[in-house]
Order: sequence, then structure tokens, then C-alpha cells
Amino acid sequence: MGLFIAQLLTGLANAATLFLVASGLSLIFGVTRIVNFAHGSFYMLGAFAGYSLMQVLPGAIGFWASVLLSGLIVGVIGVIVEILVLRPVYKAPELFQLVATFGVILVIQDLALMIWGAEDLLGPRAPGLKGVVRIMGEPVPKYDLALIAITPFVLFGLWYLITRTRVGVLVRAATQDREMVAALGVNQSWLFTGVFFLGAALAGLGGAIQLPKGGADLLMDFNILAAIFVVVVIGGMGSLPGAYIAAVLISVLNVFGVSYLPQSTLVLMFVVMAVVLTIRPYGLLGREEVVGEHGQVGEPERPIKPAGTKARLLVGALLIALLALPAVGSHFLVILATDIIIFCLFAASLHFLLGLGGLVSFGHAAYFGGGAYVAGLLVTHAHAPMELAFLLAPVGAGLAAVIVGWLCLRLTGVYFAMLTLALAQLLWSLVFQWDEFTGGDDGLVDIWPASWLSESNSYFYFTVIVGVGGIILLRHIAHSPFGYALRASRDSQRQAEATGINTKRVQWMAFTLAGALAGVSGALFVFSKGSVFPNELEIAKSFDALIVVFLGGVKTLSGGVVGAASLELVKDYLTRFEYWRLTLGLLIIVVVILAPHGIVGSLRKLYDKVFGSNDDPDSTGLNTPGTTQSRDMPGGVSGGGVS
Amino acid sequence: MNGEVATDISNAVLAVQGLSKSFGGIHAVTDVHFQIAKGELLAMIGPNGAGKTTCFNMLMGQLSPTNGSVFLMGENITGMKPRKVWRKGVGRTFQITGTYQSMTVIENIQMALISHHRKLYSIRPYATRLYREEAMSLLELVGMAEQAERACAILAYGDLKRLELAIALCHQPQLLLMDEPTAGMAPRERIALMQLTADIVQEKNLSVLFTEHDMDVVFAHAHRVMVLNRGQLIANGSVEQIRHDATVREVYLGGGSVFADETVGDVRA
Amino acid sequence: MKMKKSVVAIVMAAVVAVGLMGTSQATFAADPIKIGEINHYKRMAAFAGPYKNGIELALGEINDAGGVIGQPLEFIYRDDQGKPGEAIKIAEELVSREGVAMLTGTILSNVGLAISSFAAEKKVVYLASEPLADGLVWEKGNDYTFRLRASTYMQAAMLAEAAAKTDAVKYATIAPNYAYGKDAVAAFKKALTALRPDVEFVAEQWPAVFKIDAGAEVQALERAKPDAIYNVTFGGDVAKFVREGTTRGLFDGRHVYGLLTGEPEYLEPLADEAPEGWTVTGYPWYDFEEGANKVFVDAYMAKYDESPKIGSLVGYMTAQSIAAAITRAGSTDMEALRTAFIGLDVDTPIGAIQFREQDHQSTMGAFVGTTTVVDGKGVMVDWSYKDGASYLPSDEEVAKLRPASN
Repeated sequence: MGLFIAQLLTGLANAATLFLVASGLSLIFGVTRIVNFAHGSFYMLGAFAGYSLMQVLPGAIGFWASVLLSGLIVGVIGVIVEILVLRPVYKAPELFQLVATFGVILVIQDLALMIWGAEDLLGPRAPGLKGVVRIMGEPVPKYDLALIAITPFVLFGLWYLITRTRVGVLVRAATQDREMVAALGVNQSWLFTGVFFLGAALAGLGGAIQLPKGGADLLMDFNILAAIFVVVVIGGMGSLPGAYIAAVLISVLNVFGVSYLPQSTLVLMFVVMAVVLTIRPYGLLGREEVVGEHGQVGEPERPIKPAGTKARLLVGALLIALLALPAVGSHFLVILATDIIIFCLFAASLHFLLGLGGLVSFGHAAYFGGGAYVAGLLVTHAHAPMELAFLLAPVGAGLAAVIVGWLCLRLTGVYFAMLTLALAQLLWSLVFQWDEFTGGDDGLVDIWPASWLSESNSYFYFTVIVGVGGIILLRHIAHSPFGYALRASRDSQRQAEATGINTKRVQWMAFTLAGALAGVSGALFVFSKGSVFPNELEIAKSFDALIVVFLGGVKTLSGGVVGAASLELVKDYLTRFEYWRLTLGLLIIVVVILAPHGIVGSLRKLYDKVFGSNDDPDSTGLNTPGTTQSRDMPGGVSGGGVS
Repeated sequence: MNGEVATDISNAVLAVQGLSKSFGGIHAVTDVHFQIAKGELLAMIGPNGAGKTTCFNMLMGQLSPTNGSVFLMGENITGMKPRKVWRKGVGRTFQITGTYQSMTVIENIQMALISHHRKLYSIRPYATRLYREEAMSLLELVGMAEQAERACAILAYGDLKRLELAIALCHQPQLLLMDEPTAGMAPRERIALMQLTADIVQEKNLSVLFTEHDMDVVFAHAHRVMVLNRGQLIANGSVEQIRHDATVREVYLGGGSVFADETVGDVRA
Repeated sequence: MKMKKSVVAIVMAAVVAVGLMGTSQATFAADPIKIGEINHYKRMAAFAGPYKNGIELALGEINDAGGVIGQPLEFIYRDDQGKPGEAIKIAEELVSREGVAMLTGTILSNVGLAISSFAAEKKVVYLASEPLADGLVWEKGNDYTFRLRASTYMQAAMLAEAAAKTDAVKYATIAPNYAYGKDAVAAFKKALTALRPDVEFVAEQWPAVFKIDAGAEVQALERAKPDAIYNVTFGGDVAKFVREGTTRGLFDGRHVYGLLTGEPEYLEPLADEAPEGWTVTGYPWYDFEEGANKVFVDAYMAKYDESPKIGSLVGYMTAQSIAAAITRAGSTDMEALRTAFIGLDVDTPIGAIQFREQDHQSTMGAFVGTTTVVDGKGVMVDWSYKDGASYLPSDEEVAKLRPASN
């Protein structure tokens, strides 16, 4: 019994940090609709700032003052980020802001390295709270008890702020109807800034308050990201009590998991999430999102046309140039081009889903890595010839997509995105931990192509044919009746259903197709590298694809491919320098601010401005507000309000 | 009233029997009966919150009724999904238009025709090359032929309504359900659109059920009028009958007091 | 607005142009012998930095003495972001564009395994300097891969030897839940049960790497009431584990064995909270009073004004080994270089080592000692250097473990 109580208390103490950080994320999303990928970075900054402050401020008062000051400092950093980086892009298409927050992650990573150095910092212990209290004979650290006591106060304070004060009323109103708040004469941008301050401050607080139980290191930002997304989704987007309950649930279950199922440590969280979302699709305290409730930001994409003669000639010329590459370019250029084509196909498959289907998948790496692993496992365990493994890779990835698609498509918007992320993480943790079968972290090696393709040049030709073929196939499907049905389902699910289109089935098939083609790119990848490791399935890989699709331009057909090629080229160059992450992060932010429609979208607008175009929806304002509302894109992220 | 309606459901294009819907104990629609004959233009009117849209959504399958049944040409279509109802021959336009903003005008029609011809899952042909002539003739029918290649996103509101009407005609429906077809339009446009609808209905011998706020439109075009109040059908008759119906006058045309009461008890209609 | 857009165009054009320039500038090996060094300079900066310093120190000395076979030796350092796929791309580039004589580097085992596979496929010599995975020279070993540092198995066997001398019977283990942790636990179990068939393992804890829930792990270990604990966690995880364990009294009256815990990389951040009385493998640079070890430490501190880490030593020995191999081969011909590595003897700060013929593993050993806190810093005392050659399985067993070599 004593042990049970002690374990429960450990879980509750662990929930404190998780709740603080997750509530900030939830708040920011609830009001601004921004999925803040950089939230983990705020948490990391809080830890580093707290560490530095605690070096100079002595005693118990100094300790707690440092915790509060870190929150304040990170809050101010949040404000700076909001004003400099996000404010210029609020009008950009849905979710585009997450690209900017991704740039912020990179910048903060390098800045933290510059300021605090590479070594892990062990957090100072809380003065006066170093010992343990014996509860029924079991030792319980005093600091744990302090954390358990503090969290409900924070929750209550936030709850009071949101439900009982004028600011809170405005915040809640803004989550329901932003235009209305603006109409009431409230300066919306300052409201957003304020919320960013609060959200970032909470993350900073979470980072500082965990110092006595851990420390500060440069991997903290990504390490907490998946967990806080899971907490926010289980609790219900925008619900603070929900975030608290979810944080406690996850933490307590985890403590018991550690004792009774010690191997389960990574998987458990995602299993809990999958179970909760199956029973309550919108989280424990979330409310069902009403499609189109929040209206959509940004203009609709333009009608697409099959490529004209000029475009075809251009593509043909590019293809010839590619095929001539081994003859004129260096060996490395061929390798680089192979990598880029593989990444382009991966990005194009996500773009198909995201751009045409409006289905924002945060876990697309599952199918890329999945395809690579299917091929790798077949070669490793069944000694399958490369050709067979290659053919079965997309089948395997497609099957995974069939299952994930079926589970996720019951949800829409950000819940859809989060569930795809969770299931991808589930797959990742399985691969990572099931090392008897998958090789775990040591991966699968010696998966080289058949002898007829073992030369870099011949493999390059193979990649060009399969990769470019896949991209062209996706592009063609975009113009086919199926592609149109997919766009129709996105533009107006209501109308599509009322004209005989089974929108869920169309989306499910698109999800599967995108998964299968990501699997093809994964298979190309594994045979070009000769090995595959779990990092090909992890969040960072999914984000890579997401970033390039947005960067290239969601609402253009070639956005994914152009974004992927540009970023790979830039990365290949930049990674040769010491602070390349800082440079790349700044570059991404600059591009995001200057080209809010993505590279292709913004270039096209530039072209229109220079050569004129009368079909620019920007320049004609004929639509009444009613019609904007009618674009009930299920893919647009919307969710519950703050409660 | 119960007995008389059940007479012959197979003759009517649409027959509605005892339709009811409640949301958590609040009765949005209660025991509604009516029929629509071939070629008939039937208007459904009522104050805000009377249950018109709820009724529509049940007919089209967006909502499933708590009680009652809906028959289309004698076939029970109660609770069928909207896409199934559409396949059975019911076209629909929305109070707030639901067109495909990222496509051109003609592609909006082609999309519906692709569905009509059951080519939705084809990935071979170019969608823009399919059924162009068929789409063009529908656009001509609603007077939108000149705008065929324009982006839907830049259309004027009245044109969106016409476009939606054309979309609704793609599956050669027996029945059109039009929810507030003239809402948000200028008076002149309203008349033009309803005249267009009436012409098409006559030409194709369709039946139409529409809801409408503008009494001028109703009295000018409807063959018959139903009045809904607080979820109940309180009158059903010719334009003349309704004009002079005392209850209707009191409830609907009479005074603001009823309106005020209605909004209090408003249940998503 | 218009101006803003043209700025975009210019920025993009510049970016693309610069990118193309970077990739088309082919520079081929001139005078110096180039070695491709791939590492996680960003992802694991705390480890890769001292390692690079060690290499540079050795290179300075080698080149001051006239280089190797009459040419200066040069390392080309590239960051792989900790991603195996990226490492392969860089390996391709180093080989084809920079014309490197051979490859070396990596800390993470998975990246090492990826490069090793690449090395075998493309017939390039690869010296895996720091990765510890046993598979690198055994199950997945190949003709072109050599490994310098004492492997997981060797270091675990050293600790098992120390553990076997105590009367502890009930053991609990805690290790990160991935390949390295599992290898380390399996090796310790195997070595310990061989020496002491009577021991039993009463609990195995598997925290997720870098995501340890230290309080819960400590409670779970306590619940099993072991006589001794074998720890494989490292980095931030071991810091949290030590703190929670000390606070909750887990280590009181128990033997604790810590793999790598005594390495300065892991011990220094713990400062005065370093565990006391743990038996660990590590690197007691502060204790050397004479000999080659001392000479290296002094030279390192003189050049960098900071204390050396185990990575510094490995880096130094990496450059030494490569120089020795090239000298022995007499050229940079790949086959000659490969043959030169087999059975290569190298004189290093910690003594003579040899790259074994049977599995390409070097006989570099490790320091085993007991931790304590002196002047607010964790240090190893009562340490001794264990020669790696004594902690490897028999030749027959190695032959079985290494299917590729025959």
C-alpha cells in the first residue's frame, strides 16, 4: 500500500511539468489556431534560463524567484517571436505558421548551444526541499510534494483568469469568433501577443520548475514535444482542466508502467492516446469541432489545369538534363540528385494529401519509413531479392495507411493531425524497441540493390524513372476525376456528399495512395543507403516533409516538389558550416515572411503582378462574407475553445 | 390529419409521414405530414426557428428523424445518407452556398456529372475533358455559359446560387430541395432566380420544395404553401388560402410578438 | 508589396545559386592525405568537440614530425546531424568528391553501423572510432570495418569481473530501452553468470533513452530489493537517476556498477552529486603522474586549456591509428590500407594496442575504478587499467559471432 501511494505521488509530481508546458500549448492553439512546434524550445529555454538565474540568486527565495523569472523571460521571448515571426504571417493559409515555428526551433537550438554550451547541465536542487518525507515508510522527495501542491494552484489561477476576468472573456470570445472580437474594438493582435506571452511563460515555468528533478540539455525541446501534444489531445484541444487530467493520467500510468511493464515505456503513452481517442474522439474534455466553424484563413487555391505544351517541354527538358547528369556531373552530384528525387517523391505524396485533400498528416514519415522497413525486413529476414522487396514496400506502407486512415478519418482538423502523429509515433516506438525483429536503434543494414543496379549511376536512373514517375503519376491523378473528387471533398464536404460523393471513402483512398507512394520513396531510400534506422520514421522526418510542402506552397500543384528540392539543396550547402541550424532557421523564417504563399505560390503572385492577370481572387472582392464561410474544408484546423 | 395523408404515397413524388426530430428533449420538428405532386412547386414557410432547415436536413439525410418516414416515389428513404438520397433523384441547394471554390464554374458542374456517371474513382482521364458539352448545356440553362471558365472563388453571390442550381440538376432529379434559395440576394436577383427555377421546373416537369422568407417570392411562384411554426405544420394550402388563413396571419404575418417568442425557444432550424 | 516579392526572388535565386556552387565546385585531393571524419558535431556536441580536439592534437604532432609517407595528414570534418542516412550521403561525397583515403568517426552506434555497411559495399576502409555496438565487429562485421574503442561487451565484462568478487547474489539492471542498453545488459549477464552461476537477476528496468522517469524507475528497483544494481543509463538520464536514487536512498548499502559512468563526459556534469562508491568504467585523467598518459593529458591541457575527456583520448588514438596504418601500408591504396589495419600495432598514450586479425577490434582497454567526490567533483579512485585483450571471448566464439569473416 505504501509503495502504491508513493508511486501515485511520483506520478502526480511528474504531471506538474507536463501540465505546465501542455497548458501553454493548448492556450496558444485555442486562441491563435497556431500549432506551435517551438513550444518544446520555450520549455528548453526556461530550463536554461532557470539554471543561469539559480547560479546567481541564492537561497530558497532565489530559487523560486528564478523559477518565476524564467517564466517571465521566456514569456518575453514568446512575445518577440510572436511579433517578429508570426504576426507577419497570420493572413497566410491555414497552418502555414507552423513552418515559421519550425524555423524558430532551429534558431533557438543554435542560440542555446552558443550561450550555454554543449554539455548537459544538472539542475540545482531546491534549497530547503532536498530531503525526503516518509509516507507509510516509503521515501517521497519533498520537492515532489511541492510540485504536487503547486500545480492545482496554477490550474486554478489559469481557470480564474480565463473564466472570471475580462481578459479571459476576450480570450474565450476570440477562440469562438475572432472577427467578432475585432468588431468589439479589441485589438486582436495584442490579444494574440498576450496569449503568446502566457503560453510561452507557462512553458518556461515548466522548464525551470523541473530543474531539481533533472536539468537542461539541448535535446529537451524535441524530447517533450510528442508528450505535450499527446497530453493536449487526450485532454481536448484548448481545455485546461483536460490538459491537467491528461497530464496526471499519462504520468501516473507511466509510473505503474515502469514498475509492472518496464519495456512499455515508450509505447504506453501512445496506446493510452489511441484508446482515449477511440472512446472520446475529441479528447476527455474537448468539444466536437464544428466544421467550418471558425471560417478559413486565406484565399482558396486557384483552378488547376493540365500542363500545357510549354510546361511539358520544360519538364521534358528537365528530365533530359537529369538523365544527362551522370555524364556531365560529378559522382557526388548524382548521389545528391538521387537523394533529392527520393525526398521530392516523399514530399509530393504528402502534398497530395495535404494540398489536394486538405488532410494534414503530422505522421507521414510512418509510410516513408514503413516502406523502407518493409523492404529492409524482407531482405534481412526472408532474404527476398531486391526486386520483390521493392515491390512489396509500397504494399506494406499502403496497408499501414489503410489502417491508420480508417482510424484517423473519423476525426477532422487538428485532431486528425494529432492522431496521425500519435500513430506514427506508436509505429516508431515499436520499431525502436522491438530490436529482435527490427534491429531497434541499430537498424537494418546491408540492404543493397541487386547487382544490375549496384552502380550509383544505374541506381540514379532507376530513381529518376521510379521517383519522377511517381511524381508525374500523382500530378496526373490530381487532374483525374478521383483528384477532383478529393478536392471537392475538401472544398465543400456538404456539397460533395449531397452530390453522391462518398467523401470519407475518397479521402481514405487518397490517404492510402499517399501512403503507398511514400512507401515507394522509402524503398528507393533504403536501397540507396543500404540501411534504414528508426529515425526515418520519427517526428522530425514527418516535420521535414510538412515544412517543405508548406514552404513550396500548399495551394500549388508543384509546391511539394519545389519545396523539397530547394530545401535539400540549401541544406546540403548549409550543413557544411558550424551554425547551420541558425542560418537555416533564419532563412526559413525570412522565406515564410516574404513568401506567405510558399515559394511557388508567391512566385506566381509575383508573376501575376508583373505581367498582370485578371483572374486573381485577391484583386476582385466580389464574394460576400457568406461565401467564404461556405468553404467548409475539413482539413482546416479548428477545434474546441478554451475552457 | 393523420389518416388523410397516408392515402397514396406511391403517387406522390415525395411523401412525408409523421416526421419528428428532437434534440435532447427539445422538439424541433413534430409530426409533420405532407406530399409533393409531380411538377409542383411547394413552399415551406415559417418564422425563424420554426424547424424548416431541420426538416430539410431530414429529407436529405443530413439528419435522421426521431420518428416518421420519408418516401420518394413510393420508396422509403428515411435515414438514407445524403449521397444515397441524391442517387435516388433528389437535388439540393443550400442556404449558404456550398460550391467548390478551387475549381472553375464548369468544373463544378463536371464534378457533379462525374459523380452522376459514376466515374469518381477513375484516375485515367483528365477530369476537365469529361462531359463538357453536358456541363455547358446545364450552364446555358441557368444562364452561366459565359462564365464557364471563371474561377468559382470570384463569382458574385447570385451567380453562385445559379451555379448551385445547375449542380443540383446534374443527376436529373425528380425533386429539388432548395433551402432559402434567394437569401442574401438583391430583390431583382431574387425574382430572376425564382423565375429561372420556375421555368426549369416546368420544362423538366420537376417537383420543388423550397423554404423562403420573402413572401413576394413565395406568393409569386409557389403552387402551394405550407406553414411551419414551432416545429409543427399549422397550415397547408394554396397561396390564396394561406393569405387569408387566420392562424397563419396571427403566427407569421401578424405581429412581432410571435417572432420574439420564437427566438427564445430557438432550436437550430 | 512589389519590392517585397522581388526580394523573395533575389533571395531564392541567391540561395539556389549558392547551393549549386557549393555542389559543383569539385576539389580533388592535392598534396595532403585526406581522411573523412563524419560525426554528430551538432547533435552530440559535448562528445564530438573533445574528440575533434584530440584528433587535432595528434595531427599537429604527426605533421610537425613530417606527416605520413612524406605527406601531411588532414581530416575533413562533416556533421551528419546524427542521422544514418545523412552520414551515408556524406560518406559518398567524401569518397567521391574529396577523394579521402578512408573514413572514420561517429559516436552513435547506428550511424557507425550504417557507415560500416556502406564501407563494405563500396570497399572503403572505415575505422569506427567511438561507437560501442558489439555488432559492428561481430554479427555485422565486415572486411573493411575496424573499431578502436573498447566495445560494450568488453567494458561490461570488466564490470562483471569486479562484481563477481562480491557476495551479491540478487542483481537489478537499468538500461536505456534500445540496442545499446540491451547489448550492455546481455553482455553483463553473460559475463557475470559465467563467473558466478549462482547470481540471479531480479529486475530489469528499461527507461526510454533521454526520457527517463527517474522517480518511478527508482521505486521499481527498490521494490525488487536487489543486492546490487547494474546501471547503463548515461547522459542526462544517469544524472536524474543518481539524484532520485540518492534522494530516495536506493544506493544505500548496495553495490552499484556503472557502465561508462566514470567517463568525464558523464561524471563531470554531476559535480558534487556524483555517486559515491560505484564501480565504473571511465577515464581518470586527473590521476596520472607519469608516463605516456600524463604526457597526453599535459599536451591536451596546454593546447586547449581544458581537461581531456574520454573522447579526446579516442580522437587522439584515432589519428594515431590511421597514421600508423598508412605508414605500414606505404600508400593510400585501399587494399593496402585495409591489409595494413589487420594486426596493426599502435603505440598510444594508454600503451600498445593491436587491431585484432580475428574481428578487427582493437585491444584498447578501459579504466575501472570506484567513484567518489573530491572537492565537489566526481572522480574515480582505486582505478586500474584493464587491457581489452583479456576481456574478449575466445577465438572460436568470435569466429561464430562473426559470420562474415572466414
